[in-house]
Amino acid sequence: MSWLRSPATETQITHGGRLWLYVVAIMVMVLLVLPTLLVIPMSFSASQYLEFPPRQWSLRWYESYFNSASWMQATATSLKAGLMTAVFSTPLATMAAYGLHVSRSSHAKWLTMLLLAPMVVPVILIGIGVFYSYVKLKLVNSMLGLVLAHSMLAVPVVMLVVGSALRTYDMDQERVARSLGASPLRAFLLVTLPQIKFSVVTGAVLAFLTSFDEIIVSLFVSGGPNSTLTRNMFNALRDQVDPTIAAISTLIIAVTSLLLVFTQFAGRKKES
Amino acid sequence: MTELPNARTLRRSALFERWSLLGLVAPALLLITVTMLLPVGWLFYLSLLSDAGEFSLEHYQRMWEHPSYARTFWTTFQVSFLTTAICIVLGYPLSYFLSEIPKRAANLCMIAVLLPLWTSLLVRTYAWLVLLQRRGLVNNWGIELGLWEEPLALVHNLAGTLIGTVHVMLPFLVLPLYSAMRAIDRNYLRAAANLGASPLRSFWLVFFPLAMPGLVTGALIVFILCLGFYVTPAVLGGGKVIMVSSRIANDIEIFFNWGAASALGVVLLVLTVLLVLAAGRLVRMDGVLGGGGSK
Amino acid sequence: MSNASLPISIAQVTKRYGPMYALDHVDLEIRSGEFLTLLGPSGSGKTTLLTVLAGFTRPDGGSLKFGDAEMITVPPHKRNVGMVFQNYALFPHMSVADNVGFPLKLRGVGTAEIAQRAERALDMVRLGGYGKRGIDQLSGGQRQRVALARAMVFEPRIMLMDEPLSALDKQLREHMQIELRQLHDKLGMTTVYVTHDQREALTMSDRIAVINSGRIMQLDTPRALYERPKNRFVAEFIGESTFLPVLVSGGRVHLGDQVLQTAEPAKTDGPQLVMLRPERLRLLGEGEVADDAFNTLDATLVATVYQGDSSLFQAALPDGTLLSVRGGTAGAIAPGAKLRIAVHCKDTVLLAPEAPA
Repeated sequence: MSWLRSPATETQITHGGRLWLYVVAIMVMVLLVLPTLLVIPMSFSASQYLEFPPRQWSLRWYESYFNSASWMQATATSLKAGLMTAVFSTPLATMAAYGLHVSRSSHAKWLTMLLLAPMVVPVILIGIGVFYSYVKLKLVNSMLGLVLAHSMLAVPVVMLVVGSALRTYDMDQERVARSLGASPLRAFLLVTLPQIKFSVVTGAVLAFLTSFDEIIVSLFVSGGPNSTLTRNMFNALRDQVDPTIAAISTLIIAVTSLLLVFTQFAGRKKES
Repeated sequence: MTELPNARTLRRSALFERWSLLGLVAPALLLITVTMLLPVGWLFYLSLLSDAGEFSLEHYQRMWEHPSYARTFWTTFQVSFLTTAICIVLGYPLSYFLSEIPKRAANLCMIAVLLPLWTSLLVRTYAWLVLLQRRGLVNNWGIELGLWEEPLALVHNLAGTLIGTVHVMLPFLVLPLYSAMRAIDRNYLRAAANLGASPLRSFWLVFFPLAMPGLVTGALIVFILCLGFYVTPAVLGGGKVIMVSSRIANDIEIFFNWGAASALGVVLLVLTVLLVLAAGRLVRMDGVLGGGGSK
Repeated sequence: MSNASLPISIAQVTKRYGPMYALDHVDLEIRSGEFLTLLGPSGSGKTTLLTVLAGFTRPDGGSLKFGDAEMITVPPHKRNVGMVFQNYALFPHMSVADNVGFPLKLRGVGTAEIAQRAERALDMVRLGGYGKRGIDQLSGGQRQRVALARAMVFEPRIMLMDEPLSALDKQLREHMQIELRQLHDKLGMTTVYVTHDQREALTMSDRIAVINSGRIMQLDTPRALYERPKNRFVAEFIGESTFLPVLVSGGRVHLGDQVLQTAEPAKTDGPQLVMLRPERLRLLGEGEVADDAFNTLDATLVATVYQGDSSLFQAALPDGTLLSVRGGTAGAIAPGAKLRIAVHCKDTVLLAPEAPA
């Protein structure tokens, strides 16, 4: 309890004197994390009303998910679209981030803003715009159209991650490599890329998540056999509270957490 | 004036290098142009066509005249404002706390902020839907603990919308604010104390102004994101809280009214861009005034 | 022209950034196998000239020849020059051996031969056997040597070094200066070395090009630069100096009433500067007379600055001009005492009049 009387700040406020701050901060952190986490045990509730704590434990909602052809197809679509988005958008965005980083052109600033624009333009507008164009191009409900649209949304994310890595990277290394005989391409591949690869991988993971979690554009543009998981979940949410969604949510939380822990872990290994 | 030897070749070589670098940017640029710029541009065009297909400002006029549009904008601003305000009330203490504890502990606590940020929006929205419904957790515990007797209506209204929106937006406020607070040199506070300021005054006169740029940045990000927010208000508002984005979606899905939807979208985009520019200017000004302090 | 080195010919190389000339019509002939230092303050253009040689800076115009081959538009990776950067820029994701072997790998050399030649290069910088280590396990001096080995392993005929020793502490730096010079003598390639440290330049170079504001102020051997600086900038930049304003008329150098003998006869008339090195001045004792080859100046002592290994005596001439004399530390002299200072005519250097700005 003497800790309460010890000073916490330069201005000699004690820990006890600002206990309220600690309480409030912890409450807010709990508030941020708890609601999402509560879904996990609730998904094992046998009752349709998703009790917490569950009176009876059951896997019925998971069974309902895995046994449903439509949910499985939607999951497959989302996974496929996510992977293809990551594969397509990561090289594109990495090249662009590199080109803009090295360029001394005065246009670089405007081009950067343009490539980051999908983050600023309201997604609903992008959604209906893409829908309208796809109707004309007959790309609605197609995997190609979906991946193109998701890649457009993922490019700014990857650019920010890779761009930030390039800014802390010592470009002298590439210059040295070139002085030793490496062409600009080989210098990038042999020297720069291995050193920014963790950021590139993180960018790819975030590109995947951007596509996998994307709702609005998918709502308009995916459908039929190519309907995404998010689209189906959203429509289900609007109609009634289908408890199967609790099971799906738990799985999504697990996958997302694993991916994020992996990127943090990989990044930290590099620093050690 | 005679030209230097090799000047022309060198100029050409410089130009070639510049264009090949921009060439690296070209594929991404092409993607963005085709999938975003052109479609949004097309929407601009649509917003200026009457239903009969001629050039007309009727969609914009309707927005100005119809009272339902005023209501939609009012709801949107209301939600955005309230969300930002509540985020500040909850987020400021949290950011301050995080900036005061040792860096390693703060990084650990940041997980609490980053994890919701990257968890699917639908999952988070769904979580609140389940918790706030009539037979949901909040109501059950409230009644059990004797806080209220009848189940409260916490979803499909403004209250539920705000709860969900605040939960989603809080990380966007905390991240820039925390970052700004971390960067404030605590020596300023020591100096203030040495000069005679009480802890409260030194916070208000020294710390608070120095953290202001971070607060403004965070608040503007939250506000701008709320303006265009669709998913959470649509689900938790249950059709009763109609924001601009819901209206646009309805116009397309239900009424097939491309002109009206496009016009509304254009207005939303213009508002967003204006706010982003204002934010950009504010942040630059604070840089000039030296708001951040040193590390 | 030996097989191990190439001469470098720089003609009219110019680089402008807006109104400012980083390099102003630079002409420089570097002899095959020579160790030439580019010496100057920050912003003088010395590093810019080096990066032009390496191919990283594209000048606005000019000609650059390695031997007979025009190089000005050749990209850096085709120039085949070895380069050592100020911050070493070793590849952290590769071992020491992989770093050193990197240029050989690029040139398609076989793995066995790469290992052999890399080990030989490491031996030459006295890091034999360090091949398997990671870069982070090396000290600053060791990293410097790995960078050197890496730049040498493909036997370039030209070596460029950009202040490679500036990050090392004094003792290590002096040690490495000798080592670098020995390596150069052994391998024989043409070396262009950039530094702002005049002592380093004097120690290591065959010739020094003193650069300021993108122009070469003087190109000479160390001794000639030290004993016969051609202008005030060079005189001030290298060694200690003290200046006397003089008036030249009729070919004679007048300091007040006195006529001075200078190292070389005056060529033009008008007000000019004479440069003296404090350590070449001597205080004459009571009744001591210097012979005819010396100029003798009468002065009054203003202050003595004790500096450990020697003392600096600040004296004022009758007309108020201040000069510094370096002398011994035994015995003290009271301020205001009358002094007689002797300087040999060979150490009395008349500087060229300043070009109008």
